[in-house]
Amino acid sequence: MSTTWIIVALILGFIVVFQIAKASEYVSILRGEEKTRKQNNRINGFLLLAFLVIGLIGVYYCNQTLKGKILGESASVQGEKIDTMINITLVITGIVFVITQVLLFWFSYKYQEKEENTAYYFPHNNKLEVIWTVVPAITLTILVGFGLYYWFQITGEAPKDAMVVEVTGHQFGWEFRYPGRDGVLGKKYFKEIREDKGNPLGQIWSDKANQDDIYTTTTVHLVVNKPVKFIIGAKDVIHDVGLPHFRLKMDAVPGIPTTLWFTPKFTTAQMKEKYGPDFEYEISCDQMCGKGHFGMRGIVLVESEAEFDRWIATQKPQYVQAMSMQAAPANTADSTGKAAPSTAGIALK
Amino acid sequence: MEIRLSDIEKNKATYKDYRILRWLTSVDHKEIGIMYLWVALLFFVVGGIEALLMRTQLVMANNHFLSPDVYNQIFTMHGTTMIFFVMMPALFGFQVYMMPLMIGANDMAFPRMNAFSFWITLFGGLLLYFSFFAGGAPNAGWFNYAPLNESAYSSTSGIDYYCIGLLLAGIGSVSTGVNIIVTVLKYRAPGMSLKMLPLFVWMSFVNAFLIIGALPSLNAALSMLLLDRQLHAHFFNVASGGSALLWQHMFWLFGHPEVYIIILPAFGIYSEVFQVFSRKRIYGYSFVAGSTVAIALLSFGVWVHHMFATGLGNTVNAFFGASSMLIGVPTGIKIFNWLGTMYGGSIRFTVSMLFAIAFLIEFTIGGLTGIAFSIIPIDWQVTDTYYVVAHMHYVMVGGSLFGVLSGLFYWFQKLSGKQLDEKLGKIFFWLFVIGFNMTFFVQHILGIMGMPRRVYTYPDLPYFTLLNLCSTAGAFLMGGSLLLLFYNIYKTARKKELDRSDPWDGFTLEWLSTALPGQKNFEALPEIKSRRPYWDLKYPDKADWKNDDKERK
Repeated sequence: MSTTWIIVALILGFIVVFQIAKASEYVSILRGEEKTRKQNNRINGFLLLAFLVIGLIGVYYCNQTLKGKILGESASVQGEKIDTMINITLVITGIVFVITQVLLFWFSYKYQEKEENTAYYFPHNNKLEVIWTVVPAITLTILVGFGLYYWFQITGEAPKDAMVVEVTGHQFGWEFRYPGRDGVLGKKYFKEIREDKGNPLGQIWSDKANQDDIYTTTTVHLVVNKPVKFIIGAKDVIHDVGLPHFRLKMDAVPGIPTTLWFTPKFTTAQMKEKYGPDFEYEISCDQMCGKGHFGMRGIVLVESEAEFDRWIATQKPQYVQAMSMQAAPANTADSTGKAAPSTAGIALK
Repeated sequence: MEIRLSDIEKNKATYKDYRILRWLTSVDHKEIGIMYLWVALLFFVVGGIEALLMRTQLVMANNHFLSPDVYNQIFTMHGTTMIFFVMMPALFGFQVYMMPLMIGANDMAFPRMNAFSFWITLFGGLLLYFSFFAGGAPNAGWFNYAPLNESAYSSTSGIDYYCIGLLLAGIGSVSTGVNIIVTVLKYRAPGMSLKMLPLFVWMSFVNAFLIIGALPSLNAALSMLLLDRQLHAHFFNVASGGSALLWQHMFWLFGHPEVYIIILPAFGIYSEVFQVFSRKRIYGYSFVAGSTVAIALLSFGVWVHHMFATGLGNTVNAFFGASSMLIGVPTGIKIFNWLGTMYGGSIRFTVSMLFAIAFLIEFTIGGLTGIAFSIIPIDWQVTDTYYVVAHMHYVMVGGSLFGVLSGLFYWFQKLSGKQLDEKLGKIFFWLFVIGFNMTFFVQHILGIMGMPRRVYTYPDLPYFTLLNLCSTAGAFLMGGSLLLLFYNIYKTARKKELDRSDPWDGFTLEWLSTALPGQKNFEALPEIKSRRPYWDLKYPDKADWKNDDKERK
């Protein structure tokens, strides 16, 4: 349906422009060149005014249609502040936009070439220049200042009771590690990475803290209203943890861990009630990472504390898995096709 | 003064028998300028087709028109081509052709270096495209982040061609920069002080310093990457101790000034166009020129706003957020000054002026959406989404490309001796501008909805298909309207008669030269007493220097 409308609008646009062109051609034959030029000038002045009116109506219509449907309410406490900032910025830049555009179109219409209208000699005025330098500078300072204030709040230290999850990006998927019962993530070293030996993250098994760490892929489970701190890294190229529903984003840079913390406000079940049964919180990879970039997605599952505890109780630490695989040596070579260094064991002391 | 085609042909009689050799061996700034423009047009067609392929792929959710691999190559080549082999050559073409004419010189300072710059840029572009035949084009995006650009993750030789092609073009750009600076400093007409330079020349002059400052950072990064890929060095290879972020720092230290390298000469074109078609002097000359210098200096201190999501420290982010905000101010000043130029004028809506007015609309949108990027939390939310794509195209198409088109309609008479058809031009203008807004305005909304950029396809979420369809329809409207422009150029080029040498009642010296300047630009120059020497000559009783030009005293 919408396709038909767009096509109809396009065809109408073509016809209008074509008719105007044809009319102006006849007029030019009848009136001679100089008059045509002036006629033409009037038509264009008028078209510009029409463009302004139609444009403003279009913006209003677009706003009415899409209002509230774009992303819905922020699903994290921190995201509310970002939404506030976006709204404030939209209002301020919107005011500036309307003022400059109305002036622009009004000037184009009013000061178009006419018999009685000669150009006015007005080379400069320092007072005006100062006004339109200082006012935007102050406005921008306030906006950026507010931005920094919120930013420092959001990126500051995570609360002490925050749950910690390690997020690792690879081509093309997400891996997660929970610290387990001891609350400490064990040490890891990238040369230890051996997927065939059940060690996809390169955990060092001699480190006791590693032995209860829980490893999952694709879906990360979080607890509603409990702050969570992501420690983000990457195995190969730069990825990006994009969380549009929570209004957050952080790059996953190989070799340089980054952190991010936030507090989810609604459980996935609550969101499903609101937006339909297909709703999932999504982790989209927002940094171009190669061929499969478009399909690199993860899911955030926000649950109640009880549901989370039930889930984590069913998870076995990766250590158990790895030990059982080492007991029965893998009969295939590294089948993942990745350049995993085969130096396992060197760092094991 | 009546000019006939035969007079001009006489000038060129010396080499009329060498049709091809003449172009190959030319060191004349005008012929080199024209070759720059042709090269830009050639790559523009190629880059445009790539854009249409991308939009076709994205027309609806879960589309499989291209394969992901091809899609990555296409969007990488689209960005690289449009920036390095369309916008830069097109603007160089105007600078190299018009600048000597505008300052009353007969050629650039170093004509042979000028030819060298052109040819090496062209070969850079050809090498880049040769990659299609050598196993695959570069596929890591136009900014080509490490370590995705390393041979472990991009094993075809595309990125090697990217490095060499851009290195060659980069060397060409730096030598053009040197050429422009020396020409402006040493070859101005007698009496023309730096304060009397036409604004297009002012902006090109400042721009040349930006080129010399910024391009070496890219050239160094490209050389390092080539070492990494070919000789297994470890600059960007994380596994052996390199840094994944080093490339981003070096690239954006070049990349942000590059944005201004592309927009400043376009600002220069607008400054000329607004004056001539408002029949007024520019409003606030010194502020327009001064804010250009401010932009040039600040542009070297804002690059980290491309990297707010990489987890750098808060102090660093705060500094670069503040500097990004600062750079918005001089740009805003310019917009107000152009509005001031229109105020009280006697405006003629030629195609050139229409593009300048449309630029003020699109660039204001692009500028205001850009402000969002200096506010870190918002930048953080919208970076790497379609919001950035929309913002960037509003600035680069609505800013730079509109400038090139405005300049093309303004100066075509000087380039070819003939004037482009205004009526066809106006139809082209309206279709192109409407198509442009259809394509890119909706991408702001898509970005805020969270659609990441550079995705090959997307899931069928509410409104995604509708908005993307609108965007694709707009892209095809733009493409279709460009055919009208090409036809216009073709039709005009075939005209037998030359048009008047001064169709717009111009202000600056290029209009004083003959309809199609011969090998020598000027036989004699008037005494230069103000910023509008040709105006003074034509209207001695209304001359600027007789008017209360207090600025100069």
